[in-house]
Amino acid sequence: MEASSLPAALDLVSGGGAGLSPEKRAVLGSSLLLLQRDYRFERVWFWGCIQGVCGAYYIAEGLGPDRAAPRSRLYSLNCVEWSLLPPVTEEMVTQAGQLKGRFQGDPSFEYEYTERNAEDVERLFEDGKEPMIKEEARLVATIEQIDRAVGIIPRGAFVKTPLGSVSENRNFEGLSLAEAKRLSSYFHFTEPVNLKNKTLLEKADLDPSTDFLDSLEHDIPQGSWTVQLEKGGTVVVLRSLLWLGLTFYHVPMTKQYGYVYFGNGEKNLDLPFML
Amino acid sequence: ERGHGPYQPHEPGYGLYQPGHSPYDDQIPDPKSRTLAIQNAKAYLLKSSTTSGLNLYDHLANMLTKILDEQPTNAVDIIENISKDVKWAHFQKKMDTLRDEHEILPTFEAAEKRKALFLKANGEGDEELEEEIGETPLPNVMETAFYFEQAGIGLSKDESYHIFLALKKLISVQPIQTCRFWGKILGLEMNYIIAEVQYHEGEEEEETEEEAVTEEGGKWVGEVEDEEEEKEKEDEPPKSTYKPPPVIPKEENGTGANKYVYFVCNEPGKPWVKLPPVTPAQIVCARKIKKFFTGRLDAPVVSFPPFPGNEANYLRAQIARISAGTQISPIGFYQFAEEEDEEEEVEGGRDTYEENPDFQPLSVAEMVDSLSAWVHNVQSILKQGRCVWLNPLQKTEEEEENEEEEKAEEPDELPQELQQEIGPPLLTPLSEDEGIQNIPAWTAQPSTNLIPQYAVAVLQSNRWPGAYAFASGKKFDNIYFGWGHKYSPENHTPALPPPVQAEYPSGPEITETRDPTVEEELAFKAAREEALATAEEEEDEEGAEEDEEEDD
Repeated sequence: MEASSLPAALDLVSGGGAGLSPEKRAVLGSSLLLLQRDYRFERVWFWGCIQGVCGAYYIAEGLGPDRAAPRSRLYSLNCVEWSLLPPVTEEMVTQAGQLKGRFQGDPSFEYEYTERNAEDVERLFEDGKEPMIKEEARLVATIEQIDRAVGIIPRGAFVKTPLGSVSENRNFEGLSLAEAKRLSSYFHFTEPVNLKNKTLLEKADLDPSTDFLDSLEHDIPQGSWTVQLEKGGTVVVLRSLLWLGLTFYHVPMTKQYGYVYFGNGEKNLDLPFML
Repeated sequence: ERGHGPYQPHEPGYGLYQPGHSPYDDQIPDPKSRTLAIQNAKAYLLKSSTTSGLNLYDHLANMLTKILDEQPTNAVDIIENISKDVKWAHFQKKMDTLRDEHEILPTFEAAEKRKALFLKANGEGDEELEEEIGETPLPNVMETAFYFEQAGIGLSKDESYHIFLALKKLISVQPIQTCRFWGKILGLEMNYIIAEVQYHEGEEEEETEEEAVTEEGGKWVGEVEDEEEEKEKEDEPPKSTYKPPPVIPKEENGTGANKYVYFVCNEPGKPWVKLPPVTPAQIVCARKIKKFFTGRLDAPVVSFPPFPGNEANYLRAQIARISAGTQISPIGFYQFAEEEDEEEEVEGGRDTYEENPDFQPLSVAEMVDSLSAWVHNVQSILKQGRCVWLNPLQKTEEEEENEEEEKAEEPDELPQELQQEIGPPLLTPLSEDEGIQNIPAWTAQPSTNLIPQYAVAVLQSNRWPGAYAFASGKKFDNIYFGWGHKYSPENHTPALPPPVQAEYPSGPEITETRDPTVEEELAFKAAREEALATAEEEEDEEGAEEDEEEDD
């Protein structure tokens, strides 16, 4: 969620019971602004909080002029001092995907590989790398996975300029209530995967400036999003069941929207059994 | 005059400026024909479109008016969108009223319900006010919410206040002695807000006897009926030898897992629904399945092993498990009541406690540092599904009489002796809780490191993510916000279906005999021929003897 709309937004996503203490809220107002100054970000998003066993990580993302470019991610243990996370690589993501269990809460904690083929371990030894992965790498890989899988925006909130860069749509007035209840009005804010598979007829209806992303309709498994109206029907809240803890809110007919993650940082692999 | 030159090819004035000529030379110089040209241009712009009835002149005028009114930055970049908006605004007016009324209706209704919470009931006099200010079972939800908020847990203040009022409504309707906001469980379509309640003694409603039906099936326990099969007529198919395991009776209301009664509602403002008491079979089954709640209490729970009940029962079972695992209090707050006969040991441990009037709260640092400063104040649920172990094979006196009458033969097998299950007794400290793999069962933190004088000690459960507890001085409370499932680092593996039952016992009378091989058949044939041959010889001999006899 936008750093500038943090207080109001936190109220809207608090339906799940997770939020921030007044102390953290107060300090985030200033520390996120300072981040913007120091790193020259155009936008700073408060991404959320990953709960570890001994402590919690608070995550912020900084965006540059092209909103769809890879984002810089920062973490903090107390919302006051922020450290930049290394940029994520595909290798990190696959390695982190094999780790199970909770985050520890200590960024320098090293995980040992428990289930690895003997060949892979030997290969790593030959390369001179140790078969360990640091919690920092797991953290940034998890953030990347969550953003890729369930980071969503309403349709029309962002436009693609003819030069290819993505920026906010200043004419976005918000979704109507009927549109807001439909999953097809929300897009994954990441590289589209299914767009090319659409039929020509469907593609003809799309508006290339706003419909350049995948919508949530065809997410697998079906039903992995819950759509609810909260606060007497004034806020539409989407919660992901694949990554429990990701909450997206939108107030229909206004420009307020955003998503935040409060959770363990573990994928819910039991989802097909639970539906 | 030259002035600005020489223009480079990339500059806009290139090619237009020639010395001695002005840039407007290519336009019509004659003023009269210029006005004619202007009129022609305007007439063209005023031409109405054949498809939409608009004309470009009006449209451009509207657009420029809008731009000049609103003065957006970088208008040239969004000019197309402004144009689209102006056209759209044209058609908005006609359908406005229809669409608005249709759309926002659900939100209006919901707002009505929420407003109803804030209205005071009619006919309230001064007496009732006094009653309210005195001892009331209504918990101070806002105070609890404040403490949890210090740790970053809880709903928004609006929602907490609505829940506060909804609880007040519940208390005014039901005869309730103690009431507590237990927490919120999220669901797919709707969420559940849960209140934990204890009735006044003796005021509890009688429930319908639904349990009687299921209990009858469990009466035939330990009796073997194999012998009866063999006495049946051979025409009838054999009866099933399946004996369902004995049904373990649920605990009485007010004890064990049914100590509290729970009311749920989907949103504050909606009516509260009472959840049925939980049975051990439901708890045992709930341990094996993992399903999301839909938000409708009558939804079926489709799972394997099949859950005996619908979503209301599943919800109640999960609430019981969560309460048993995560309801904690600071050590010393509750103590066991002084018992008169110390010799008599209560089976299954004590299940009642009372507040300790001499409670001295520990400091926040102590509450956070060691987990033994906290104790469980709800009985844990045994594997059987109850808090107090009950041997299902123990027969009551009635059953023993019945059996003596009907027992004809001795049973082949004795029923297996069940081990008595014991769980940790009430008020055990948290340090005895086992963690999962290498994660401790609880994470303790102070709410703030900057102001330790006013910090609140907060505990989060790692076994039931979403269960929190706080303590600050003499105040403490527990709450749950989550999806209602236990944490397990391993993936959930559903129970496999049991192996196929043997349909009938194999015995020699129904086993097929093997077909003889060719050698065996030949050998048999040879043997038979030999036997025939010897028989014929004997007959011949006999025949000869008879002839001889006849001759005489």
